[in-house]
Amino acid sequence: METLERIIAEHPFFIGLDEGFTNLMVSCASNVRFKAGNYILKEGDPANTFYLIREGKVAVEVLAPQRKPIIISTLSVGEILGWSWLLPPFQSKFHARAVDDVHAIALDGKCLRTKCEENHDLGYEVVKRFALIMEQRLEATRLQLLDVYAVK
Amino acid sequence: MIMATAITTDPMLPQPYSVQEVARETPDTFTLTLKPENEVDRRLFQPGQFSMLWVFGVGELPISISGDPALHDRLVYTVRSVGQATHSLVNRGVGNDVGVRGPFGAGWPVAAARGRDVIVVAGGIGLAPLRPLIYHVLQNRKDYGRLVILYGGRSPRDLLYRKELATWARNRETQVLVTVDYGGLSWRGHVGVVTTLFKYSRLQLAGSVAMVCGPEIMMRFVTRELETQGVSRDDIYLSMERNMKCAVGFCGHCQYGPHFICKDGPVFRYEQIRKLLEKYEL
Amino acid sequence: MAARESAEDRVAQRSEHILGADQLGKLIVALVRKGYAVIGPTLRDGAIVYDNVESAEDLPAGWTDEQEPGRYRLKRREDEALFGYALGPQSWKSYLHPAEVRLWSAERQGGTFRILDNEAKPECPRAFLGVRACELAAIEVQDRVLLKDKYCDPIYDQQRRGVFIIAVQCTRAASTCFCASMGTGPRVPDGFDLVLTELLGSKGHRFLVATGSDRGAEVLTELEMVPATGEDCQEAGASVEAAARQQVRSIDTTGIKELLYENFEHPRWDYVANRCLTCANCTMVCPTCFCTSVEDVTDITGDYAERWRRWDSCFTQSFSYIHGGSARTSAKARYRQWMTHKLASWIDQFGSSGCVGCGRCITWCPVGIDITEEVQAIREGGKNGNP
Repeated sequence: METLERIIAEHPFFIGLDEGFTNLMVSCASNVRFKAGNYILKEGDPANTFYLIREGKVAVEVLAPQRKPIIISTLSVGEILGWSWLLPPFQSKFHARAVDDVHAIALDGKCLRTKCEENHDLGYEVVKRFALIMEQRLEATRLQLLDVYAVK
Repeated sequence: MIMATAITTDPMLPQPYSVQEVARETPDTFTLTLKPENEVDRRLFQPGQFSMLWVFGVGELPISISGDPALHDRLVYTVRSVGQATHSLVNRGVGNDVGVRGPFGAGWPVAAARGRDVIVVAGGIGLAPLRPLIYHVLQNRKDYGRLVILYGGRSPRDLLYRKELATWARNRETQVLVTVDYGGLSWRGHVGVVTTLFKYSRLQLAGSVAMVCGPEIMMRFVTRELETQGVSRDDIYLSMERNMKCAVGFCGHCQYGPHFICKDGPVFRYEQIRKLLEKYEL
Repeated sequence: MAARESAEDRVAQRSEHILGADQLGKLIVALVRKGYAVIGPTLRDGAIVYDNVESAEDLPAGWTDEQEPGRYRLKRREDEALFGYALGPQSWKSYLHPAEVRLWSAERQGGTFRILDNEAKPECPRAFLGVRACELAAIEVQDRVLLKDKYCDPIYDQQRRGVFIIAVQCTRAASTCFCASMGTGPRVPDGFDLVLTELLGSKGHRFLVATGSDRGAEVLTELEMVPATGEDCQEAGASVEAAARQQVRSIDTTGIKELLYENFEHPRWDYVANRCLTCANCTMVCPTCFCTSVEDVTDITGDYAERWRRWDSCFTQSFSYIHGGSARTSAKARYRQWMTHKLASWIDQFGSSGCVGCGRCITWCPVGIDITEEVQAIREGGKNGNP
């Protein structure tokens, strides 16, 4: 648990958050592993957990009828997977599949969102951090949409 | 190794070069290896320079040299077939000749980057003009610090030089990261725009020299990300592209603001063109 | 541009002479005898056109021009002045930097090719008769671009080499002239073999002539002339000064580079774009515009190829085309490119303005866009969105 504590406390997402709160998160955290090919999140499932990736690569993808799954983006070491637990309806919007063997820290999103409702100062700090992640992903996605390498 | 200045014959006249090999890189991109018909024409060039390639009676195109600058007996070009002229170039056929003028232009700052860490960011066919630079750094490894190569392509089958990318990654203090905008089911690599690779770099970017080449939009957002990561504006280099007819500064077509891309570029320091990049329809 | 010396200084350095008007014909003949093809002003298609002249009869005696934005008319004068016009549509660029020229030819030999003939054709040396100050300045500007930059254009070099220049001081300005504000005229400073000032005063139709080179002086030995008096020189100097004062247009070139670089989004560009037809007339008549394009052609067998070079213009859609599209598609972007290059970027590229104030672009624009007005509008207007 000591290693977990250090990893969580030093991760950019948690830096600056109330120490008591961070300790609480650590106490609800666990090491998890996913074998390559397994799904970590599935579209439509209740979203109560988010993950801090320690090893391996995760593909965020969409399953479409009559087509192979479409990989929208990949996330890897140091990145956070999952934010649907933060906002209603608290449901995963995409599939997340382990591309290779993935080792991650699972964090209790349900616990965190309850605490955010109780303590709005904490809530604001958490939402700010996730807003930054979303903004970065949105910007990257928009650039991906431009399809800059295509022959016009 | 001292980079000698290229010996040019008359820059206005195409010299006949024989097509030795045509290698298919992707469904629409080919690498041509050319050797001069005239022995007197030693082929020296700086990484980042380009030639004007002429197909008899069809037309002439500016193409970046994509080969190894240490091999003086040949010139190598990676060409994407997008129109009539490029199509006839890639279909010239082994044993036939192509006219070559050049090399022209200002290349990558191989001298200024000595002793520094180097980050290479390439998008699509932009890896082609950067490949001579990568060869140069790897062949003169002790003259440079760490090397990071970030490469983004449209999809896995559009990636250039895949075998070489794997070879380069095995060099000491060299990291190669590849991503695609659209992955397929069998792609186990990164999916996302090339800027998403920055965070996986083992190199502390601040203080390194960055060399960037790809579509202009891509170079703009990469440069923004490099600056956010602490790379100085004077340490970022971009390779620009505009219409070219003469390559010697007379036809006026390649002007970009006050710069002639054929003479003052195609490689520019970011600070030189920073304000121009912001201008729409410049 | 070199600093201008006063007319008096010039007089003190060279001995001026007076030629009777009838000696012009003899001058032409003397040059022809020395092997020059003399190119001078002629009347054609309602305009002054530089063409071969063999005698004084070929010159446009007694004609002048009326120029306004988008308007050019020849009018009869009341005297028989030979250089009483200002400028025709074409400049000496047509000879030095030809509109259409074959660069080389090649023949196919199996899978290879052989360049056949790429020597710029030697032609008989030329004498330009009637070169105005702005035109001399324009030639100097093109020399800088085509001879003195990283590469040397062999065609321009060959056309330019050995050209015998007979300059002519302007004694009259058209309404479209603004060389005085550009520092390029109307006085011719140097760069000529001979310079003439046409005098039409009480002493009759004469020319004040001064030499600028040994070969200029040598040609004069074949003519009848008398030394000029101080009065003659005064008369000549005064008429050139009058031409300067006559100019109604000007460009304030103070900080013009920064002005144009920093006003990329000025609303005035939209106003111009609404009028500009992108017809490219301005670039064709401009004496400093140098852009060209190349075209590769074959014969019907495909075994013989030629590369041709032709004038091109940044006003065309295809000028900035790379795969995917043109960088400058709108008329606004193209007009802005031309004007910014001419007045601003040129300074960074070649150390001087690209504009010599000849006013041809104003006269020959079919919708009468006036470059001097556009600069002024950017300097002062547009603050409230008013162009």
